[in-house]
Amino acid sequence: MIRNFIRAALVSLGFFAGPLSAESPFIVVQSTTSTQNSGLLDYILPGFEAETGIDVRVVAVGTGQAIRNAINGDGDVLLVHAKPAEEQFVADGWGVERLDVMYNDFILVGPKSDPANVKGEMDIVAALTAVSEAEAPFASRGDDSGTHKAEMRHWDASGVDPTDASGKWYRETGSGMGATLNVASGMEAYALTDRGTWQSFGNKGNLEVLVEGDPRLYNQYGVILVNPAKHPRVRAAAGQRFIEWLTGPDGQAAIASYKLDGEQLFFPNAD
Amino acid sequence: MQGFAAEFHSAISLILNGDAELWAIVLLSLKVSVFAVMIAALIGMPVGAALAVARFPGRRVMIVLMNALMGLPPVVVGLLVYLMLSRSGPLGVLELLYTPTAMIIAQVVLVTPIVSALTRQVVEMLAEEYSEQLRSLGVSRLASVPVLLWDARLALVTALLAGFGRAIAEVGAVIIVGGNINHVTRVMTTTIALETSKGNLAMALALGAILIGIAVAVNAMVSTLSLRAEREGLRHA
Repeated sequence: MIRNFIRAALVSLGFFAGPLSAESPFIVVQSTTSTQNSGLLDYILPGFEAETGIDVRVVAVGTGQAIRNAINGDGDVLLVHAKPAEEQFVADGWGVERLDVMYNDFILVGPKSDPANVKGEMDIVAALTAVSEAEAPFASRGDDSGTHKAEMRHWDASGVDPTDASGKWYRETGSGMGATLNVASGMEAYALTDRGTWQSFGNKGNLEVLVEGDPRLYNQYGVILVNPAKHPRVRAAAGQRFIEWLTGPDGQAAIASYKLDGEQLFFPNAD
Repeated sequence: MQGFAAEFHSAISLILNGDAELWAIVLLSLKVSVFAVMIAALIGMPVGAALAVARFPGRRVMIVLMNALMGLPPVVVGLLVYLMLSRSGPLGVLELLYTPTAMIIAQVVLVTPIVSALTRQVVEMLAEEYSEQLRSLGVSRLASVPVLLWDARLALVTALLAGFGRAIAEVGAVIIVGGNINHVTRVMTTTIALETSKGNLAMALALGAILIGIAVAVNAMVSTLSLRAEREGLRHA
């Protein structure tokens, strides 16, 4: 029995040594759930990998966590959507330079019954005010992500502090966009989401898009190389190559050509 | 709900039709957890057995601590291992974060207390049973550890299975230290979390069914093996 056990151990050791030692060059990109859940990265990355032989390993978390991971040096490139926080990241010396990559927009989704009566409203701040006045359930990310930061900006503008109603009509899930949409779908709540995640989300239930098109719902994505001066182990050359590709003609064309159900989800806008 | 049933059915058939990507994920899950349990056994069994037979001040406290550590929250373990392996952490130079090795380390931390606590219990009972025999042979307490472990081997298989169950089913630790990177560190549980977050609930459930199937298969295999070993043992006796 012991001999069999040792044999099994050795076999599985060999199993492991293979993929671990034969590693192709790679970079780690700290990014957001919206780029992954929408399917965008799965669609555009094979093009870059085939062209350069560099494997792109994506860690998809909320923007807040992605930035903190990058500050710890646990990533070579940051691809997120919270411009003020990104500029702060660069100003503090953690990143080399911030470049625009693409944009899409946020939308307010909610139950078809629409208890706050906001359907067709063009003003996101007025819509949120109406939700708070109706005390209709609202599911918030509550996780310091890019989407959560955007949501809080609109609440600020409305003068309503929804956290006063935390646990009542205002529900902070503290989770990713998809998990929050699952909550909204389950309790017929309103929620602010990026369009990409919404479009590819499979559990819409009774929810539909209620508010869209306000210029304040614009959602800009930026890319930053983690500063090798702060973290010498950053794979700067490969990371820089990825950034140049993403903001160059090939990457921009790949972003523009990604469609879900015939609809374009992200709009390239690198300089 | 009819749509859901159809969706679930199509997810199951996708899985059964041998989607290569999916089976790579299943294989990685098994590799990581089997490896973690083996390492946990190498550490946890001697420690548990030593705690069972040795007598020293603070032993009760250690046993209580070890039993409590069986309930370590995976997220906390993930966070601790992340802080150790991060480039700005003490072991950052090893470049292990976001690799299967990091996931094995996290699972070893989770599983070792389970293996050692259960080993301690099994060996303690056996040591009581054997105490006169061992004393008459003049075997010291610590020297009896290998003998006791060997004689308790069938019961210890259950300890390993309990550890394996914990390892293969946990998501909180591996998603933090592995990063759920496609083709690199994506395992069954992190895939289920990802599919759930995409709202693909049927796919997530189908993957869950596979995970349970694997757990049943592993347990059935091990119990067959140990039954056979037990029968052979009786024949030799």
